[in-house]
Amino acid sequence: MRQVAIYGKGGIGKSTTTQNLTVGLGEMGKKVMIVGCDPKADSTRLVLGGLAQRSVLDTLREEGEEVELDSILKRGVFDIKCVESGGPEPGVGCAGRGIITSINMLEQLGAYTNDLDYVFYDVLGDVVCGGFAMPIREGKAQEIYIVASGELMALYAANNISKGIQKYANTGGTRLGGIICNSRKVDNERELLENFAKEIGSQLIYFVPRDNLVQRAEINKKTVIDFAPEEPQADSYRGLARAIDGNEMFVVPKPMTQDRLEQLMMEHGILG
Amino acid sequence: MKDKLNKMLEKYPAAVFKNRKEHIIVKEADSEQPQSITANTRTVPGIITNRGCCYAGCKGVVLGPLRDAVVLTHGPIGCGYYTWGTRRNKGRTEGDELNLLNYCFSTDLQEGDIVFGGEKKLRQAITEAVEIFKPKSIMICSTCPVGLIGDDINAVANWAQKEYGIQVLAFSCEGYKGVSQSGGHHIANNGLIKHIIGTGERAVGKYSINLLGEYNIGGDGWEIERVLKKIGYDIVSVMTGNGTVEELKNAHMAQLNVVQCHRSINYIGEMMQTKYGTDWIKVNFIGIKSTMKSLRDMAVYFDDPDLMARTEEVIAEEFSEIAPIMEEYKKICQGKTAALFVGGSRAHHYQLLLEDLGVETVLAGYEFAHRDDYEGREVLSTIKEDADSKNIESLDIEPDSTHYRVVLSQERLEKIKDQIPLNYYEGMMKQMKNGSLVVDDLNHFETEELLKILKPDIFCSGIKDKYVAHKAGIFSKQLHSYDYSGPYAGFKGAVNFARDIAMGITTPSWKYVIPPWKTQPMLEGSLIGGK
Repeated sequence: MRQVAIYGKGGIGKSTTTQNLTVGLGEMGKKVMIVGCDPKADSTRLVLGGLAQRSVLDTLREEGEEVELDSILKRGVFDIKCVESGGPEPGVGCAGRGIITSINMLEQLGAYTNDLDYVFYDVLGDVVCGGFAMPIREGKAQEIYIVASGELMALYAANNISKGIQKYANTGGTRLGGIICNSRKVDNERELLENFAKEIGSQLIYFVPRDNLVQRAEINKKTVIDFAPEEPQADSYRGLARAIDGNEMFVVPKPMTQDRLEQLMMEHGILG
Repeated sequence: MKDKLNKMLEKYPAAVFKNRKEHIIVKEADSEQPQSITANTRTVPGIITNRGCCYAGCKGVVLGPLRDAVVLTHGPIGCGYYTWGTRRNKGRTEGDELNLLNYCFSTDLQEGDIVFGGEKKLRQAITEAVEIFKPKSIMICSTCPVGLIGDDINAVANWAQKEYGIQVLAFSCEGYKGVSQSGGHHIANNGLIKHIIGTGERAVGKYSINLLGEYNIGGDGWEIERVLKKIGYDIVSVMTGNGTVEELKNAHMAQLNVVQCHRSINYIGEMMQTKYGTDWIKVNFIGIKSTMKSLRDMAVYFDDPDLMARTEEVIAEEFSEIAPIMEEYKKICQGKTAALFVGGSRAHHYQLLLEDLGVETVLAGYEFAHRDDYEGREVLSTIKEDADSKNIESLDIEPDSTHYRVVLSQERLEKIKDQIPLNYYEGMMKQMKNGSLVVDDLNHFETEELLKILKPDIFCSGIKDKYVAHKAGIFSKQLHSYDYSGPYAGFKGAVNFARDIAMGITTPSWKYVIPPWKTQPMLEGSLIGGK
C-alpha cells in the first residue's frame, strides 16, 4: 500500500487534481482510498458525484462511541473509497487536532485494508500546524506530491511545505515524490517549475495543462475522465496517474531561501 | 561556602551553570554595592521547577479564595481537580449565605470540544451553575488548550452577563503564560481592579482598611482579623482569603491598604493608589515582633492617639497571653537553623517568626518572586522588561473622577514616610544575616545538595520536597499548606507554629532515619556534553 499526501497552496487545485488523478488510477484497476483532510470536507465531491458525505468528526460528535466504518466511508467511481475528516467551522476549535483524531479513528475502525494499492491524503492549504502534518508523521504517508503553478505565491508555499517535509523526513521515512504543475498559463511556466523542482532536489513529475473542461466537469460534479473520457485533458490526468504509479524518485527536499526563490523567478519566470 | 556552592554548580552543563549562578547569592553584609539577584526569568529547560503556572496564580491563588463567586475552570478536568481545595484557603459563611469554596467547577473539555471549540460547553456550564447556585458572580479561568484553540471567553462572559444579569468575568490565564504563577496574579489583579473594586458604596468606619494579599491559609486571615477588629479597625475587604466579591466592590472606600503578600497583590495596591489615592503599607503578621511592628505602623498612619493607645493595649494583652508559652518553645528551638523555600513573600515573613524562636535562617528563596521582593522596591526602575513580562497586560490607570481623594496631606506623608513602610517594600535580603544563602527558583537537585551542605534542622517548603528532606533526616514543614495545621499568623498563630516546629524537631523519628548516603559510598558521576 502506497500512502500519498498531496499538499499545496490553498486554491491551487489539490482536491481537483487528487480526484482526477485517483480516478485515473482507478481506471488502471488500482484500489484507492481518498482521505480528505480539510475541514470543508470537499475532497471527494467529484468522485462521489456530489454526494456530500458525513465527515468522520461529525459522526464522532453525533454518534459518540457508536461509530461504524460504513457510516463514514462511501464508495465512488471505480469503487474508490472516500472518507472526509471534516472539522470545525472556520474560527473555532482546532482543525489540526481534528485531523489527528480522525486519522486515528480510521485506523481504529480498520479502514486501511490490505487490498488497497493507494491511500491519498488531500491536505488543507499550507502546513499550518502539527495537526495538518499528521499524514506525513508517524509513518503514514511515505510520499508527498506538491501541487504548484508558476505563480510566485504557489512556489513560495511549495518551498515552505518542503521545509515541513524536510523536518519529518529526518525523523520518519517520508519523502518528496515530485511537484505537480497545475498550470495557470503564466510565462515560461514549465521551465520555471522544472528548475524549481530541480533546485529543491526533486522533479516536475507532471505538467497538467489548463483546460476549461475541468471547470465544466466540476460543475457537473464529475472528474474529467468520468465526464469527458475522450478529451485530451482526460488523457493528461491518465498521464499523471501513470507518472505517479511509475515514480521511483523519492527525495528529502532541500528548500531554498526566500532570496533564492525570488532570484529563480527573475531567471525563469519572465518571458524574453 | 562559595567553594561548596561552586562544587554543586559544577555538576551542571555550562549553559545551566551560567544561568543558575545568577539566581544564587551569598549575603555579604558589608558589600559596597547592594547585591543583585536574577529572578522572574524562565527556568532552564531540563530543570523541573517547583513553580506553578499562570492559571495556578490566577485561579488558585487570587480568585480561588472568593467564596461567593463561581470560579469556573474552562479546560480539561485535571486543571480544575488539582486546584480543588489544595491550598487550604479557608472560608466560613453565616446563615444561608452562599459558600462556593467547597465546590470545584470545570467545563471538563474533551477531545471533541477541542476540535469543535469549547464555547458551547462553557455557555452550558454557566447556565447550569446559574440554575443550581444562583451566584452573583462567575469568573471564567482559561487553561492552556483554551488559549490554543482560541475560544472567545470574553464574548461568552458578555453573553452570560446579559443573559443572566449577573457579573461574569473572563480571565485569560492560560497556564503557559509567563514564567511562573506570578503572571496569573497580575492577570487576576487586573480583572479585580477593572471590574469589581469601585462598584460598591458601603459607608466605612473610622479606621477603615483593606487587607491585601492574605489568603487565609489555615485560618491566618481570621487570626489577623481578630486582632485588628479588637483594636477597632473596620476591615472593608480582604483580598482574598475568606473574601467575597460583594466586599471587594467597596474596597475603594477604605482609607488604607495593608499589604501582606507583596508579590501577588502589589499591582492592586499600586493601582488603587493611582486610581483612588489610597496609600498602602507593607505589613507582616507572621512573627510576634513583626506583628507588633505592623500594628504600630498602621496606627502611625492614622495618627490618632486613641488608636495608638488601643494598639498598645491590645499588643500588651495579646503578648502577655502568649509570652510564657513561647518562652517554653523557644528553649527547644533556640540555636537551630532553618532553610526556607516558599512563595513570593513567605520565605521572608517566616524568617521573623523563626527569629522569635531563636532559629536562624541559613537559606531563603522564592519560587516566583521578582527582584523587588528580594532587593526592595527601589530596584523597580532597573528591572528590565523581557518578552515574558511584556506578555502580561499592564494596565494604564488614571485617577477616578468621582472616588479619587487625598487621605493624608503631603506634609504628613513626608513626616511618616521614614517611620513606616509607606507604599514601599524593602524586600527580603536586607535583613538577612551575613553569609546566609539566597536562592531563586530552587530546584530538586539544588535542594538535595544544599540540605547536605547546610544541614539545617528545619526545611520549610512544599509537598514535593517534604519527603526528600524527611528521608534525609531533616524535619520539613510545608509553608504553602501548613500540613493541615495553622493558623500561624499573628499572636496565637505564632504559638501554633512554635508548637509544630518544636514537635517536629524533637520527634525521635529522625534518629531512626538512615538514608543510604550515610552508610554507602556514593557514586560520583559527571555530565558530559551540552553547551
